[in-house]
Amino acid sequence: MTALTVEALTHSFGGLQALNAVTLSAGVGERLVVLGPNGAGKTTLFNVVTGLIRADAGRIRLFERDVTTLAPHRRARLGLGRTFQITTLFPRLTVLDSVLLAVQGADGARFAFHRPLRAYPRLFEAAERLLDEWGLLDRAHVMTRQLSYGEQRQLELVLALAARPRVLLLDEPTAGLSPGETANVTAMIGRFPRDVTILLIEHDMDVALALAERVVVLFQGRVLAAGTRDDIRRDVRVAEIYLGVDEA
Amino acid sequence: MNRAAVAVAAALLAAVPLALSSYHVGLVTKMLIFAIFAMSLNLVLGYAGLPSLGHAAYFGVAAYAVALVTLRVSDNFWIGFGAGLAAAALTSALFGLLALRAQGSYLLMITLALAQVLWGIAFGWRSLTGGDDGLPGIMRPGPGLPWSLGTGTAFYYFVLVVFALATGALSIVVRSPFGRALVGIRESARRMEVLGYDVWLHTYVAFVLAGTLAGVAGALFVYYNGFVSPAYVSIVFSAMALIMVILGGAGTLFGPALGSAAIVFLENGISAYTERWLLVLGLIYVAVTLFAPTGLVGVLRRVRRWA
Amino acid sequence: MTFWTIQVLNGVSFGMLLFLLAAGLSLIFGLMRILNLAHGSFYILGAYIGLSVGRVTGSLVVGAVAAIALVTLLGVLMERFVLRRVPAEELPQALLTFGVLLVVGDLSLWIWGGTPQTLPKPELLTGSMRAGDIVFPTYRLFVIAVGVVVGLALWAFQEATKAGAMIRAAIDDAEIARATGVNVSWLSTAVFGLGAALAALGGIIGGPFVGVYPGADFEILLLAFVVVIVGGLGSLKGALVGGLLVGLLDTFGKALFPGLAMFTIFAPMALILAIRPTGLFGAR
Repeated sequence: MTALTVEALTHSFGGLQALNAVTLSAGVGERLVVLGPNGAGKTTLFNVVTGLIRADAGRIRLFERDVTTLAPHRRARLGLGRTFQITTLFPRLTVLDSVLLAVQGADGARFAFHRPLRAYPRLFEAAERLLDEWGLLDRAHVMTRQLSYGEQRQLELVLALAARPRVLLLDEPTAGLSPGETANVTAMIGRFPRDVTILLIEHDMDVALALAERVVVLFQGRVLAAGTRDDIRRDVRVAEIYLGVDEA
Repeated sequence: MNRAAVAVAAALLAAVPLALSSYHVGLVTKMLIFAIFAMSLNLVLGYAGLPSLGHAAYFGVAAYAVALVTLRVSDNFWIGFGAGLAAAALTSALFGLLALRAQGSYLLMITLALAQVLWGIAFGWRSLTGGDDGLPGIMRPGPGLPWSLGTGTAFYYFVLVVFALATGALSIVVRSPFGRALVGIRESARRMEVLGYDVWLHTYVAFVLAGTLAGVAGALFVYYNGFVSPAYVSIVFSAMALIMVILGGAGTLFGPALGSAAIVFLENGISAYTERWLLVLGLIYVAVTLFAPTGLVGVLRRVRRWA
Repeated sequence: MTFWTIQVLNGVSFGMLLFLLAAGLSLIFGLMRILNLAHGSFYILGAYIGLSVGRVTGSLVVGAVAAIALVTLLGVLMERFVLRRVPAEELPQALLTFGVLLVVGDLSLWIWGGTPQTLPKPELLTGSMRAGDIVFPTYRLFVIAVGVVVGLALWAFQEATKAGAMIRAAIDDAEIARATGVNVSWLSTAVFGLGAALAALGGIIGGPFVGVYPGADFEILLLAFVVVIVGGLGSLKGALVGGLLVGLLDTFGKALFPGLAMFTIFAPMALILAIRPTGLFGAR
């Protein structure tokens, strides 16, 4: 069974064709990297897969189930998680409160309105465990907007993990990070549970090829090439577009 | 706010009829009623972050329902009050469906516009609502209750109990997972959506809860004043609730009550000297947005360093 | 047949007034993302100042010019010295303009009193014109003409001139506009002033047949909101189409079902919200 399949996904914004019959699939536990220059359609692809945008045409299947018309939160409940290129966190909530919300989202307790949050110690345990595992426990009571940018990117990843996803879409997790922070985050992603399927958008070729088993290259909304790391390294067309384009 | 402060406040409030003149008891009663109104708005505005500017719609519609039922159907308290709550709940359920199709400034406009439509109906439909003159002659509750609330003191304690229940209920809701989810939605609806939360449903439920609670305040107010008029659904009433929330501190539990106290006492004081209360209210809006956007609670926190 | 024609003309003339009101609101929101609740204030100030100056000088034209000039100045001062000091978020800005709405409303009540007033029509525009069986007040035709002229001017301004191109660029992306040397700050003030001027013009034009009275600012604001909800916020075309639609629906509603005044305003709003929440021409 494939974890995620995307068939002939097409979408345009006004006159601009962002996605053109994009087809790809990822197996369970696979690490798939989506490469491509700016404007290739990578983030649009993620937006369509997570349901924030409704594609003009095409189908999306999550574990063989057609989710093309499901609302974003329904897809999330089926195990689809995501981080954003532009940090999307809760500015005035503490790190702990943020992770609690993420953990709560995957728990049945989320509907309760008659008992305080404190009445669900399992949520606190899960949140603290996560923070400890990913090295943010000492920042638990700091407000998100007071974290450094690097810590925020880490928190972005932790929030996505807290929801216990089966397929995780990571949109440029190392964007704007220093080399040291980039190494940290790369190592962090490398330690993610093996049964989680990961699709990764990355500009940094080193990071991408370090984490990836397979690569898909998008260019102007189409799939230009797909294959293993080595296939892509040797692909002439890919080299052309990367040599001709200014890289982040 | 810590328990000691709450206990002191509760004791003070309970002692009001013993210490103050009947005029002032009436004023504190009004303050408590508006505190409930402001707290209801705080749920959608402060906690969920929805800019709802037409909150008087539910306050007023409940007031009219109570008035009409009490005057024309039955003076039984439960029937009248129940009608008020039902009217507020249904109106907020309908308006919520329309308004929550939008966000941000659109939501702001739509909520204001919907409330103004109700105002137009209240003003124009003379045969039903009495138009600009309103509907007078609503007696303090009696039939259906074990005691008559005819005296100022009895009515005051009744309102105080309702206020305590409302505060208690809200305090439970905002600390619950649902309440925390509302705050998450305020901070980042997009993040909440991809974490698996049905954002629309959460905001809709909050909207209807808030509308219903505003209806409680509206029902109490019509009993308090003995009449209802289009003012109860007007922009001015929505503006009062709004400034109470902002001035007191949006997104805090006791902020709205503080804001209500400030505004009710200010209005009372200023109206004794001049008719220009709305001018002052407008200036308060300008001053608060410029100088104290986190409200009184924010100021108090900085002064006392409470968590 | 005559009845319907007259109703259509009534609807269109009212719709043109609504267009004037909505255009300013939409313009300000489109560029500055500010929902200017003080728009109603600019309307009544336009009407009241026009009335007073007109009485003092004996000339309606002087009154009209003075009103538009003063209200524009007020708008410019409000934008430069007050609005800028508020955090650039939707709610604080809207709240500030709300405060101004309350302040101006009460000051107007104090200065001009509570009696409803109507502006006098210029001699030239009183009376009616005939076309076959149809007799129609000249003034209302004048209103339609003003609406068309202003609409064309605004459209030409946006499409043809450099300033219009700057506004369009800034509407689409303030950062990019800044990067290409467009003075967004000056532009913001100018647009706010233009919005205020349009509202004041609405007050002067509408003065003779809608009148001005305490509470008119709230009522005008509601009408402008409904137009913008239907037509889409930030779109000139939306303001025009929305204005005409609401004007016609309101006129026909009142003519056919006189008791249900408010529902003729409520119905198009509810319908649009159900089908297309950002309005007919609003950005998605």
